[in-house]
Amino acid sequence: MTSQQATQEVLRPPQPPGLIKWIRDNLFNSWFNSLLTVIFLPIVFFAVVNIIIWAFTVADWRAVTQFPMLYAVGQYPRDEVWRVGIGLSAIVFLLGASWGNWGGLLQSISIAFGIAFAVFAILPVQHDQLDLNMRLYLGGNVILLLLGYLIGRMKAVKGGHIVIGWGIVPFLAVFLLTGRRGSELLPDVATTLWGGLLVTFLLSAGGILLSFPIGVALALGRRSTLPVVKAFSTIFIETIRGVPLITILFMFSIILALFLPAESRIDRLVRALMAVTFFSAAYSAENVRGGLQAVPLGQIEAAKAVGMNGLQTMVFIVLPQAIRAVLPAIVGQFIALFKDTTLVVIVGINDLLGIGRSIINSDPEFVQLQLEVYLFIAIVYWIFSYLMSLASRRLEAALGVSTKL
Amino acid sequence: MSRKLSTGVSILIILAFVFSMVPAAVAQEAGGGEIIDRVLERGKVVCGGRTDLAGFGMLDEAGNNMGFDIDLCRAVAAAVLGDPTAIEVVPLTAADRGPALQTAEVDLLSRNVTWTSSRDSQWGNFTTIMFYDGQGFMIREDSGITSTDEFDGATVCVTSGTTTEQNLADFFRQNGMEYEAVIFEETPAVYSAYEEGRCDITTSDKSQLASVRSGFAEPDAHIILDITISKEPLTPAVPHGDDTWFDTVKLVMWALINAEELGVTMDNVEEMKGSENINVLRLLGQEGDWGYTDLGLAPEALANAIAAVGNYGEVYDRYMGPEGLAFTLPRGPNNLWTNGGLIYAPPIK
Repeated sequence: MTSQQATQEVLRPPQPPGLIKWIRDNLFNSWFNSLLTVIFLPIVFFAVVNIIIWAFTVADWRAVTQFPMLYAVGQYPRDEVWRVGIGLSAIVFLLGASWGNWGGLLQSISIAFGIAFAVFAILPVQHDQLDLNMRLYLGGNVILLLLGYLIGRMKAVKGGHIVIGWGIVPFLAVFLLTGRRGSELLPDVATTLWGGLLVTFLLSAGGILLSFPIGVALALGRRSTLPVVKAFSTIFIETIRGVPLITILFMFSIILALFLPAESRIDRLVRALMAVTFFSAAYSAENVRGGLQAVPLGQIEAAKAVGMNGLQTMVFIVLPQAIRAVLPAIVGQFIALFKDTTLVVIVGINDLLGIGRSIINSDPEFVQLQLEVYLFIAIVYWIFSYLMSLASRRLEAALGVSTKL
Repeated sequence: MSRKLSTGVSILIILAFVFSMVPAAVAQEAGGGEIIDRVLERGKVVCGGRTDLAGFGMLDEAGNNMGFDIDLCRAVAAAVLGDPTAIEVVPLTAADRGPALQTAEVDLLSRNVTWTSSRDSQWGNFTTIMFYDGQGFMIREDSGITSTDEFDGATVCVTSGTTTEQNLADFFRQNGMEYEAVIFEETPAVYSAYEEGRCDITTSDKSQLASVRSGFAEPDAHIILDITISKEPLTPAVPHGDDTWFDTVKLVMWALINAEELGVTMDNVEEMKGSENINVLRLLGQEGDWGYTDLGLAPEALANAIAAVGNYGEVYDRYMGPEGLAFTLPRGPNNLWTNGGLIYAPPIK
């Protein structure tokens, strides 16, 4: 009798995942969970309703909506803003091409960006900074993204070409943004004028791209048998990890300036970038070292057995496995770095947060609107941090971290 | 053994590397540097300023720097380079403004800096007091408090770690009164808390109190008491080691003040060049030498500065006057000495 019932149960086709079933399975599956649901559901409901009411009726978003360009590029001269636009378009185009070539996660990211551009391009509001030119530019980026996709899908375009493109873009962007002194077409723009999201991205992207190779080198250095290399790596890592980022920022921003002669002064933004990079490199190094230790000795022995030299063993056998093993930790480190860049405010760099503070303090009326401004900035940070963690999870799945050895 | 030895050697190498940078720092101080030459060669005056203080250094919608401190910088650029837009504003925080001046990273520090003896000896040369500020108190009008004698037991909102907090403590101790401090890191948080009624009193420099009050929903419901408990003479400063530059900046500041005394404004500066008044003619470089030969400037350098930003009163009113862009603060001590204020400058002749 009982065994018959059990077989019937097994044979029954799976139920469609109805709402009621989902609620029963997830919210009321035991008396304790039912109690928790009954207590917390009203709390969550009222909180959400109140936040929505506040956001749409009480909150005054003037301090956010009035200054889109300030949040985007800071004080970058408005006549030269097209240079930022070209840099962004180049990235959008390459993103499209990568989507066409590799698909997968890049597809979701591309579509998300495309939708964001399209939404802003046709946003039905009257705004003097969202004029026809700006709308055309945003719409143009959507087309550029799709064009990139089509080009990326062509047989003639190989992955290598796109990688080369990504390699050129940072140099192109920096060249475009800084310009040349005395040039008619590209007059120099002092980095003190760079700001907003532009600086946040530059510091994060620069920090990530530069810190990772340094981190790998330090991790290898720390495992090296050469005493000088080992000691240098160890001291560097432990010194940087032993002090907070604020200290390192002050160190680079103030102490370095006191040490170096006036003629060889390093640009303020570069100083901040150096601080962020070294800080992140020390942590990446320890992450990578963890990965190196996870690679079984047999792998190295096998590599040697097939006749690989030390460098080949490291580059083709050890590092790929090591980095794959610690990918989640490394991405976590990059997300932390992205958020940590807000600290550059304390050395006088107007990143997104700094611009927000400047706006709040520029008009006495806006002092009352700080909640809205900070909330907006928090949401921007959340969106990009979440995109990064989403990307990392997809990448882990693709590489088979945690499923394959 | 040998491993320990080599570790020791590598530490020594690293230390040697670090200390090899020190002579560079010393050499820089000894060399000084002709700042004015650098300014002329660069074609731009680099000013230490800020972007986050209403009235003094703020941003407009297009991201341009503006404010009282920024206009002083523009005046210097107009005098030296003939172009008030030839400035670069480096946003500085309270922590790095001193080192930025010490290392001559900025040619001119015009960032709401209080002139004190230790800063004068350590940071650079302070030119001329351009704004007399002082710490004051703001209370609600309906609080019933009329003077500081009734402050005993009050709750005070204040920013942490500033001289403001120190002055507050000193004031209450000297008067034998108790208070409870509600401390915040961020300035806007202080005033939000005050407006929400979390404290009876808030304290800061009077210019800031006036600025914040103008942003309140009901500005008239709050009063700033007459008492001033600290001296905050805000003064533009230049790095040590270049007397010509020091004199140049000082003279531009004097010129703005003298221009107000003499009734020379942004608009009438051209016609005033034909004035009957000998002092006006001297100021505008039409008569005699106000020092331009020695400083290597054009005779009309000061006239250019006035044409660019206006006289002292015009600069003040642009941001803090009755129709000011930022807020309204009565001139008070920042009136000319002839009007009962403290603003006074040596004659231009």
